Amino acid sequence: MSVTAHLPALQVVVPMLTAPVLVLLRDARLCWIAALLTSATSFAIAVALAAGVLDGMDIRYAMGNWAAPYGIELRVDALSAILLLATTGASTLALLGGRRSLLREIGDARLPLFLAAWLLALAGLVGILVSGDAFNIFVFMEISSLATYILVSGGPHRRALPAVFKYLITGTVGATFYLIGVGLLYMMTGTLNIEDMAARLGDVGASDLLYIAIGFIAIGLALKAAIYPLHAWMPNAYTFAPHMVTVFIAACSTKVSLYVLLRMDYAVFQHNLPEQGLHFALILMPLASLGIVFGSLAAIFEQNIKRILALSSVAQLGYILLGASLVSAAGINASALHLFNHALAKGALFLAVACLGYRFAKLRLEDLRGAGRLMPWTLTAFALAGLSLIGIPGTAGFVSKWALILALMEQGALGVALVVLVVVSSLMAVVYIGRIVETLWFAEPPGEDPTVKEAPVMLLAVTWLAVALNFWFGFDASTSGALAIQAATDLTGSAP
Amino acid sequence: MSDATLIALALLIPLAGSLGIALTGRFPNLRETVTLVTAVTLMLVVWSLLPQVFDGGRPSLAVWEMMPGFEIAFTVEPLGMLFAALASMLWIVNSVYSIGYMRGNRETHQTRFYACFAIALSAAMGVAFAGNLLTLFLFYEILTVSTYPLVAHKGDANTVRSARVYLGILMGTSIGLFLPAILWTQTVAGTLDFTEGGILAGHIAGPAVGLLLALYAFGIAKAAIMPVHRWLPAAMVAPTPVSALLHAVAVVKAGVFSITKVITYIFGLDFLASEPSGAWLSLLASFTILAASAVALAQTNLKRMLAYSTISQLSYIIMAAAVLKPLSEIGAAVHMVSHAFGKITLFFAAGAIYVASKKTELYQLHGIGKRMPWTMAAFTIGALSMIGVPPTAGFVSKWYILGGSLEAGNLVAVFTLIGSTVLNAAYFLPIIYRAWFRAESTPPSRDHGEAPWPMVLALTTTAFLTLAFFIYNQPVIDLESQLVGRMK
Amino acid sequence: MNAFLDAFNYWVFAVLLMIGFYAVMARHNLIKKLLGLSVFQAAVFLLFISMGKVDGGTAPIILGDNWDAVFSNPLPQVLILTAIVVGISTLALGLAIVVRIKEAYGRISDIDAPKVKSGADTPS
Repeated sequence: MSVTAHLPALQVVVPMLTAPVLVLLRDARLCWIAALLTSATSFAIAVALAAGVLDGMDIRYAMGNWAAPYGIELRVDALSAILLLATTGASTLALLGGRRSLLREIGDARLPLFLAAWLLALAGLVGILVSGDAFNIFVFMEISSLATYILVSGGPHRRALPAVFKYLITGTVGATFYLIGVGLLYMMTGTLNIEDMAARLGDVGASDLLYIAIGFIAIGLALKAAIYPLHAWMPNAYTFAPHMVTVFIAACSTKVSLYVLLRMDYAVFQHNLPEQGLHFALILMPLASLGIVFGSLAAIFEQNIKRILALSSVAQLGYILLGASLVSAAGINASALHLFNHALAKGALFLAVACLGYRFAKLRLEDLRGAGRLMPWTLTAFALAGLSLIGIPGTAGFVSKWALILALMEQGALGVALVVLVVVSSLMAVVYIGRIVETLWFAEPPGEDPTVKEAPVMLLAVTWLAVALNFWFGFDASTSGALAIQAATDLTGSAP
Repeated sequence: MSDATLIALALLIPLAGSLGIALTGRFPNLRETVTLVTAVTLMLVVWSLLPQVFDGGRPSLAVWEMMPGFEIAFTVEPLGMLFAALASMLWIVNSVYSIGYMRGNRETHQTRFYACFAIALSAAMGVAFAGNLLTLFLFYEILTVSTYPLVAHKGDANTVRSARVYLGILMGTSIGLFLPAILWTQTVAGTLDFTEGGILAGHIAGPAVGLLLALYAFGIAKAAIMPVHRWLPAAMVAPTPVSALLHAVAVVKAGVFSITKVITYIFGLDFLASEPSGAWLSLLASFTILAASAVALAQTNLKRMLAYSTISQLSYIIMAAAVLKPLSEIGAAVHMVSHAFGKITLFFAAGAIYVASKKTELYQLHGIGKRMPWTMAAFTIGALSMIGVPPTAGFVSKWYILGGSLEAGNLVAVFTLIGSTVLNAAYFLPIIYRAWFRAESTPPSRDHGEAPWPMVLALTTTAFLTLAFFIYNQPVIDLESQLVGRMK
Repeated sequence: MNAFLDAFNYWVFAVLLMIGFYAVMARHNLIKKLLGLSVFQAAVFLLFISMGKVDGGTAPIILGDNWDAVFSNPLPQVLILTAIVVGISTLALGLAIVVRIKEAYGRISDIDAPKVKSGADTPS
């Protein structure tokens, strides 16, 4: 077998094995280079895998050559390819631009260990995405979560600690719920391989136990995916994490849990239970709608710029969930697109915030009055990425919002009502992004501080690269669109 | 050069200019040269498309597929050609004027000003040449966003508040109403291409037509139909060159142009005429004309008065388009030109007065004609054109609109035209009278004459154009007759 | 009664799960929360292991002459071995965070009480 055949395994193995090496290296600069190269390699592998998926390849890998369903199988399809790109891409961009920001917040001495945790988090996230086995997903979920707790608590601010404790409790409860559900499914089917499970569940038929399993899995994953109203851990964890960590995890970590939820529900449950699609929609559509409204509303009244963006993520996850809850090919298409495009927009926004965070100690709006005049490039990048979040045409955010609205329009009167909701929430995004831009640009600075200048060149360059990507995928959505269409076809069995 | 290249150049030249302006920001003279060179090049490129459109050609450019089923595509048709030719020509005059204004007024952030201005022009070109609704929407939004820094230029609390109104209304209506209207169109018609004769006939009927038309009419708030007109007076806090080119020509004309285009190419004149539920638009336009004129009568600030006059004049174009008769369609197009010449002259004059004397209120203008004869002569010509007195441009367009309204038997439109002419006279003539025939009530704080020469040059040019258009308007009418001829 | 006894292991699972979950939710002391979390996880371990037990089954080891022995399912045990490691790591990390909270705040309960207005204490 050539190296290319091993790509799914390498995707996980490379970051996971580099992590202990970093612990041994013990030199901040070397470790940063090693982590960056590893992350870039992961990204390259993800690109190769995505290209393979687009070529119509069915990418499977039997660990240790033990064939599924007895051996552990890795499997990459369109939906996982989209998230692999987003995850490894976010990690690479954050590491590339974030050296000085990380040194500032983490310090020379702790950086090697911190970066080791970073790579473990990356390994865990991509592990979830390539795994075709329900239990392995649990293990990778815990690897990524444990590493993420370390990353979030690594910053200099003490309020990160209670935030991360809450995150740890919630995350563990969520993962354990998921484990209970998987255990019950194993009892019924005798297998842990997701595809095999889907095939055998038909013989088991509907039972109370099955619905209990579905309930545990859905609630557990909803906790980890910060679906309204189970999102309480998320705003503080994002707010008090080191800036670069926020860039990394905000772009992908909750989305990966959402991916597992979609995979289990569509591939396993809806495949076998005729009414499951309806149940899924009945429960998740109201939650998605509430999340969209609540998240946007809370963001409008928030003061801390990082928390504004975190609350906006609650709303944006609501869009993704709303598309999925339509249980239609067009809906999944919209969700898959938004998984990718929101990662782009939020990643760029948090990078711009990292630029601000490098020069300003406090990130409340009142502390940042007039900051844009001192850092015009940063503010322009923020404003442009904000346009993508709002969904202005020409940006990535528009493409997915357009797809979502078209999917909603298929649903008749209810769909039209939901379109109104999406439109209103977009207008609310105009308000909270506009409020930030206005304060940063036009408000009178509290006191002129001549020492403040633009963020480090590298960080700024990476921020602008991320902004450019938002426009690139806004103008040419053919790649992301093709992946999303294929993801929808895979999950629902019909093309959107 | 091929047509496709020319269209692409029309979009890219202002963008490249903007970049050049940003890079040469440290050398003001070089920067202003870049602006002027860009403006002249843009005009040459745009005007070189004219002969072909006169011959009935429809140059087009399909850029790329943005997502499955949606293309960024451009097609040059008579209406868009007229808009682009007008905006590119006036940009040169306005640039000359800007240089005088910005320097004479010692404004800050001039580089940002010129750079955003160039981006706005690129967006206006995109709106003019858009080949489908989605492309139009894309550039419409770019136009909104790129003009926001221009409106908020001064940066004090009052300006920021006004800029918030500006952005809030324009963006809110475009996302909240215009976009759903586009989606609705896409869902029922299956396409968004601008097609002669419209695309909606047979896909939608009854009251839904009126509702969809309402979504478009209010969603395209740049046309400033009441009650979504509030952003235009708010935008008057911007430096006067912005008010002159953008808020008398490029932005507002992009609005009425979009509505006209939606009426002719999306609904189709015949289809809309056959649907009674669409008739409200011309009534609302009539109301806007009269109400905005009445409000203008009550204004004491010169620029705000001009803003309300603009609102009223824009609705002439909407009303003319909504009368749905060939003569009035031509009138709508001609009024786009004549109002542009007249109103930019008026704004130029207002800016010149401000730079020379810092006066902004109507009651301060006693006797100013003696100190600034060139400026006030131009102002007088512009005002006469607004009223519609020969020999000015305004007369020509009103003539055509009146003809179309009579042909349609639309007595409301006829009455509106007469009533608004009286109102226009009522708020413009007193100013002219005061400026020329009354003595200065209080001596000005400092002795002043005319504004800097680039400004005087610019406003004289546009005043001349206002007069010249009265005599030499045949090309425009030929161009737009083609539009009507094809529609019949 | 028999039905209760047949499903005895599941009852234990349910009771332990609830005890653990209650402690996580209701205790303010962070260490007690973590203890609850451990009980909560242990309950799930019990569920897995007990489900793999086959009546009369023995450990799946080749016994030479006794080839027809009934084996218990070994897979859940293997899985739970992994899960226990995960649980230990979580507990260790949790305790480490509690130590740092103690250093930073001087107390290990009621840290999350909304004394500070949101946003008033911002990251650096």
